Amino acid sequence: MKVILNEALNQASIQGAAYADVRIVETLLQSLSVKNGKLEEISYNLSSGFGVRVLYNGSWGFAASNILSKDEAAAITHLAMDIAKAGNSVQKQKVDLTKAEAVIGHYKTPVKIDPFSVPLEKKIDLLLQTDKILRQDKRIAVADSGMFFIRKKIYFASSEGSFIEQEIIESGGGISAIAIKDGEIERRSYPNSMGGQAQTRGYEAIDDMRLAENSERVRDEAIALLQAETCPSKITDIILDSSQLALQVHESIGHPCELDRILGDEASFAGTSFLSLDKVGSFKYGSPLVNVTADATIPGALGTFGYDDEGVPAQKTYLIKDGVLTGFLTSRESAGQLGQTSNGTMRADGWNRSPLIRMTNINLLPGDWNFEDLIADTDDGIYLETNKSWSIDDKRINFQFATEIAWEIKNGKLGKMLRRPNYTGITPEFWSSCDAICNDKYWTVWGTPNCGKGEPMQVAHVAHGTSPSRFRNVQVGVGR
Amino acid sequence: MNSSTMDKYFDLVMKTAAADQTEIVIYTESSALTRFSNSAIHQNMAENNSAISIKSISNGKIGTAFTNKTDDRSIIDTVKAAEKNASLSPKDDDFKTLPTGKAVISTNGYIDDTAKASPGFRADVVADIIKLTDKHDLMAAGSFSTTAGLIGVANSLGAKSIGKITEANLNLVIIGADSSSYAEFYDKDVNNLRLESMVNKAIEKTLLSAGPKKVEPGKYDVILEPAAVADMLGFLAYSGLGAQAVREHRSFMNNNFGRRLISPLVSFWDDANDPETIGLPFDFEAVPKQKVIFFDKGIAKNVVYDSYTANREGKTSTGHALPAPNTFGPVPLNMIMKAGNSSIEEMVDSTQKGILVTRFHYTNFEDPLKTIFTGMTRDGTFLIENGKIVSGIKNLRFTQSILAALDKVEMITKDRHLVKAFIGSCLAPAVKISDFNFTGVSEL
Repeated sequence: MKVILNEALNQASIQGAAYADVRIVETLLQSLSVKNGKLEEISYNLSSGFGVRVLYNGSWGFAASNILSKDEAAAITHLAMDIAKAGNSVQKQKVDLTKAEAVIGHYKTPVKIDPFSVPLEKKIDLLLQTDKILRQDKRIAVADSGMFFIRKKIYFASSEGSFIEQEIIESGGGISAIAIKDGEIERRSYPNSMGGQAQTRGYEAIDDMRLAENSERVRDEAIALLQAETCPSKITDIILDSSQLALQVHESIGHPCELDRILGDEASFAGTSFLSLDKVGSFKYGSPLVNVTADATIPGALGTFGYDDEGVPAQKTYLIKDGVLTGFLTSRESAGQLGQTSNGTMRADGWNRSPLIRMTNINLLPGDWNFEDLIADTDDGIYLETNKSWSIDDKRINFQFATEIAWEIKNGKLGKMLRRPNYTGITPEFWSSCDAICNDKYWTVWGTPNCGKGEPMQVAHVAHGTSPSRFRNVQVGVGR
Repeated sequence: MNSSTMDKYFDLVMKTAAADQTEIVIYTESSALTRFSNSAIHQNMAENNSAISIKSISNGKIGTAFTNKTDDRSIIDTVKAAEKNASLSPKDDDFKTLPTGKAVISTNGYIDDTAKASPGFRADVVADIIKLTDKHDLMAAGSFSTTAGLIGVANSLGAKSIGKITEANLNLVIIGADSSSYAEFYDKDVNNLRLESMVNKAIEKTLLSAGPKKVEPGKYDVILEPAAVADMLGFLAYSGLGAQAVREHRSFMNNNFGRRLISPLVSFWDDANDPETIGLPFDFEAVPKQKVIFFDKGIAKNVVYDSYTANREGKTSTGHALPAPNTFGPVPLNMIMKAGNSSIEEMVDSTQKGILVTRFHYTNFEDPLKTIFTGMTRDGTFLIENGKIVSGIKNLRFTQSILAALDKVEMITKDRHLVKAFIGSCLAPAVKISDFNFTGVSEL
């Protein structure tokens, strides 16, 4: 490995790069999926290669190859330099990296059970078991059970003297049942939709999910939804469960706080942000109860690592404190705009992508409510659970989410089940209407392994810690 | 990698394989992308990659494995990993056989100038864009990518197809103080880029939408430009136009074959062999792609098949298999909507009060059976009154059934535009639709 790292850095230096870094990444993915009694996926996916990033006369160049050899390292570094030089002709401002300490470091995800040591037979048995329970009623048209495991080894070296080795291990899984009757379709998922829960943990994460024990409830709720009343269209108080709130945080706080979006880098694709640099320290993002951190150090969370892909150590920082915007997610290139150094959020989707500012674990800190007390305190409202769909505009201000299921709240009690619930709002108005957040007993960090951004598209694995929370006067039942 | 190197890999895999049937997919790709924002290049990259995917089947048990290490030892290990995975699988009684079929060798989709586009060439294109936008004090953002790929698929029953392909894609957003516009070029041949006219049209649109007004949500006549139409057809394609979706009763086509679901003005299909689109003429099982008509004059007709779904139903694969492992089933990748005889100008002329939409943003299904989706407009939304565009407007949210919208199509343009989709592409016209349901408005 070191031969390739050294060759790339040497070649970059010889050719006049002001800065260079090189990453070798090897990712092993094992995924299994059972659908309707069949093992539809059992795969072993190995991807490895290296990427060289150079800064020449204030312009970036990045090139990558799957061939791990000294000669290829030299050739790819030449290509990265050619790309950077071409960029010099269309430059408005030279890239100026803020300082970062050179790091010699090592990080490995702590796991109790190496997921790759668990026999495939055991994994398949569990998925077939859950599938069997999910399909015990003929109204279930599609039963899905799946799990995945990732081992990612990253070797990073920079021209400033950093050398970092990391091994990130992820485990994820979940189940879902789709019930269909008379042109109606309803889905229930556990522990979350879009494949379930994902964490930087070992196979113990799968054991803790108790997938089989939750299959019957998932099946029965999907079927019950077929007969449930449709969520009415009205303005009302809503309580979001922690998994739906995690996606709300993701879309309406995490993405708008990415400094590259704010600076316009994503203008043509993912979009920009309604936030601006001058809003830091004064903009009222939400009610005083709203405190949000970016914390890449939470044990077991999917957005946890040792160092980002610029070699900056994982950090915890506040984005919102007592409802006021206090900071952004930054990189070495962008942090200077705030007079700061990077808070360590630059990550790349593998060896063949240049790092971008990505969410880590973006968390709505817990409040002090018990969930039962929160329901009891709500006279008239709706409790919504588990995301079904999401949409937000390119400035992250107008959102609409649908969830799989909801329950009416009447006079402080959960009432009848509601189908097709959705809600819409305007980001700062919505967060300003937050008047209750449940305590740490209900706080869960939800993995989001499908966060897309950038061109070419990059998918980041991030997470959000949340507990159920209440929002006043929200429009539900949109489009009825 | 070239065709003869591919044959070497095919031979190595077949010699190593001990399974009843074995399929190998090889791809090699050189791609580059230059990204710009604030009228300057800010990201600039290139990638070379090759990978091999193996599917093994023994006694009806299926397993897959994938690697991008292309040395002999790694390939042999990957074959063994696929066979091990197959041995642990329960027997799939619906699997009959991998396809046989004739060999397809295709180079029609490959243009040397696209493959050889340099970082300097891409930078020059971006510089030319910025020269034009600078004249109007507007900002340019976007990306310009060029890709060359070679894909080979073979199996132990003798099926073999190899195709060379190139793509050039320029997407462009031109940004003013309070407005923006969007334009896209997507073609196998980079020489077909007509940059100046593309940029100037977008500049004109950004200037026209300056000072956007706020209009109240509600039902409006709407003119959707090709990017928005492609977004709608893309949702239909992945959610309901494959045989697996029908089998699982999660397709809007279920119980509707032969019925008129949408306007008789509307017909659309998949055809990778149409010269106006970009696509390989075979699928990821080496089966030649067939033209499949989904809606003919508003009547629901067919869905696409791969060999697994076709064999299960006693039908023939239409050549729409995705790479294994694939839990989603076959999906159309080359959507084409029939052109009409109108123009956007005629549509605007005919509209008393309506909205023109350049493209959608962050669309998502709320109900795939009823095809209800939501999303926002973006980069050029205009108010039309008395047959004229009167101003730009703030972006709107819609919550709308796609099939219901297609049932209310009143006019279709003669001109169509090739739009790069999330997967695949769509050759789409602009359409005029009545009663499109806008349910919210952006504050910005």
